[in-house]
Amino acid sequence: MAGPAKDTKITQEQVALTPAEMAKDLLVTFLLALAILGPLVGLRTTSGSGTLILEYRPLWAFGMVAAVVAVRLLSLLYGMGKMAAQGRAAPQTAALATAKAKTAIDWGKFLAPTLLVLAVALPFIAMLFPQMERRIVDLGILVLTYVMLGWGLNVVVGLAGLLDLGYVAFYAVGAYSYGLLATRYFPAWFGEGILPWAFFVTLPIAGILAALWGMILGFPVLRLRGDYLAIVTLAFGEIIRIVLINWMDFTGGPNGVSGIPRPSFFGLPFDDSPGGFAATFGLSPKPIQRIVFLYYVILVLALITNYVTMKLRKLPIGRAWEALREDEIACRSLGINTTNTKLTAFAIGAMFAGFAGSFFATRQGFISPESFNFLESATILAIVVLGGLGSQIGVVAAAVVIVGFFEVFREMNFLKAILPEGFDPVQLRMLAVGLAMVLIMRWKPRGLVTSRDPTVYLKEKKAVSADLVGEGHG
Amino acid sequence: MSKTLLSCRGVETFYGKIQALKGIDMDVPEGKIVTLIGSNGAGKSTLMMTISGAQRARKGSITFDGQDITKMPAHHIAHLGISQSPEGRRIFPRMTVLENLQMGATVSDPKYFDEDTKMVFEMFPILGKRSGQRGGTLSGGEQQMLAIGRALMARPRLLLLDEPSLGLAPIIVKQIFSVIRELNQRQGLTVFLVEQNAFHALKLAHQAYVMVNGNITISGTGKELLAKPEIRAAYLEGSH
Repeated sequence: MAGPAKDTKITQEQVALTPAEMAKDLLVTFLLALAILGPLVGLRTTSGSGTLILEYRPLWAFGMVAAVVAVRLLSLLYGMGKMAAQGRAAPQTAALATAKAKTAIDWGKFLAPTLLVLAVALPFIAMLFPQMERRIVDLGILVLTYVMLGWGLNVVVGLAGLLDLGYVAFYAVGAYSYGLLATRYFPAWFGEGILPWAFFVTLPIAGILAALWGMILGFPVLRLRGDYLAIVTLAFGEIIRIVLINWMDFTGGPNGVSGIPRPSFFGLPFDDSPGGFAATFGLSPKPIQRIVFLYYVILVLALITNYVTMKLRKLPIGRAWEALREDEIACRSLGINTTNTKLTAFAIGAMFAGFAGSFFATRQGFISPESFNFLESATILAIVVLGGLGSQIGVVAAAVVIVGFFEVFREMNFLKAILPEGFDPVQLRMLAVGLAMVLIMRWKPRGLVTSRDPTVYLKEKKAVSADLVGEGHG
Repeated sequence: MSKTLLSCRGVETFYGKIQALKGIDMDVPEGKIVTLIGSNGAGKSTLMMTISGAQRARKGSITFDGQDITKMPAHHIAHLGISQSPEGRRIFPRMTVLENLQMGATVSDPKYFDEDTKMVFEMFPILGKRSGQRGGTLSGGEQQMLAIGRALMARPRLLLLDEPSLGLAPIIVKQIFSVIRELNQRQGLTVFLVEQNAFHALKLAHQAYVMVNGNITISGTGKELLAKPEIRAAYLEGSH
């Protein structure tokens, strides 16, 4: 085994840059940084008396450019050389690669149960921080909503390989189904008595309606794939939103639907009435009780999504989804009805979005078309892609990273102390999320979790790590 | 003479305005190996795809076991017992070897799955060793074996093989052809084989057709064609 060591030495020698090359690299870095930061940082508009006044900040701009160049120099001297050497190093020996795969399996085995316990215990953990309790649970709800949406979209994009940029449309269908049924139709049909139960009654209806819309979208796009499918689904998402805005009589237009009933604890309302939740269980009524209940509702909904998806994956329909992602023509020649396969993927993915939409409506108490814009679709898709297409645990990780980042930056007022005057952390969060995405895609181009559990085993369970077995193209 | 399992009559297939098949008449008798040879672009794969339903014939008819399948969707044709190892293999790269085989068994009764998997692994032991590995990580020869194995999982009555020797080392080609012969002799499987590797294909075939520019120009038994000087000149020079 003298080979690998020798190879590494050679590659390191190849990587070392001559001073001239380094100077050239730094010059390019300097120009790029200047081009980007010059206008962004160097120029600043402030609103003066009725007009915008342009202000120049050369020191700021040059300071930041200098910082970029310095970082580049350091990375050239240390980091990059090491990284390139690793990249070009000789192929790993089989033994080493197997060892790597093994650690990946063990890591995954403990991660999911740990996360589950953490998720169940979160409201109790939050109790330890009384001032932040509400905020923590709210953040938990938000993350779980995106986890659920991510899991739903994962069926369509990750498993069936159908790129859907209009997923938020089904989320909207679910939200409006609940919003309109609970505020307008249920009281008229069944009387006010139904309202505490409205959420649980509407949930399946919202799911069915969203699934129906999934199929309605599915039919015209059956023959499309890839970019073309993406464009049509994008348009579909926008159409739904624009219909919601313009159909004043039915949807309330841009004003949305308000006064949507909050969920009850299976019939017991969260208020200080004698028949309420707190009185029944001998607690003092607090608003947090409803929030914690909402948290568990979305947790259960998300877990159902995960459970159903995992079960379906092992059934013929789930296998057909994955095969469809791989090769549609081969699927047909093997006797798979690709039409049904695609429609079920769209319908099931949409159904989960419908559930999540209902939850969103009952949590917010108010919905308007603006909650269902393209940015939502893009965020959900980013979660699925960053998580590693088809990976359930990856979706969780990506949702925590993206949504967590987004929200945590909102709260980081202490950053103001560190950051120079005029830098608001709230404004930096898009930058931070973008940076996080770029970094993840740089180091984990297939997403955070790339291992895929086979659905059928010969004798013992063997996970196949993607790091170990990158697809061969030759 | 055994009965005809598959027959094509005057089959014409077009890609837009371009006519790829110009009236193909061909019979595949049950229990025989029939081969179709021809150069690149002759229309061999088009005929294969037209039979399996991936392409539509504009004229003519295709009959399988007395049933007209000309206008049937591909997945229905698969259910009738026509199974295909397509051009370019088309295995599922991110699914494991075993999962690929499982997809092949879509149209067959699940109770045969274990038995059939065992049979495929006996036929191609390397697939058994790699059963948990992703399809995309197999070598070209292994992928071809997987494509054939996957087609066999459907328990076909007619096996369509599109250029199984393409891009493979001679020793692997030999192995694959001997498996095809064995399948035919032991199980009586009917095989329709499209090949550029004319020498091996003709040696194997009971019946052979030569396709040139969308037409069948010569037909006969494999031995007859091997002996014909024009075949030797056009397809066999230097190929063995």
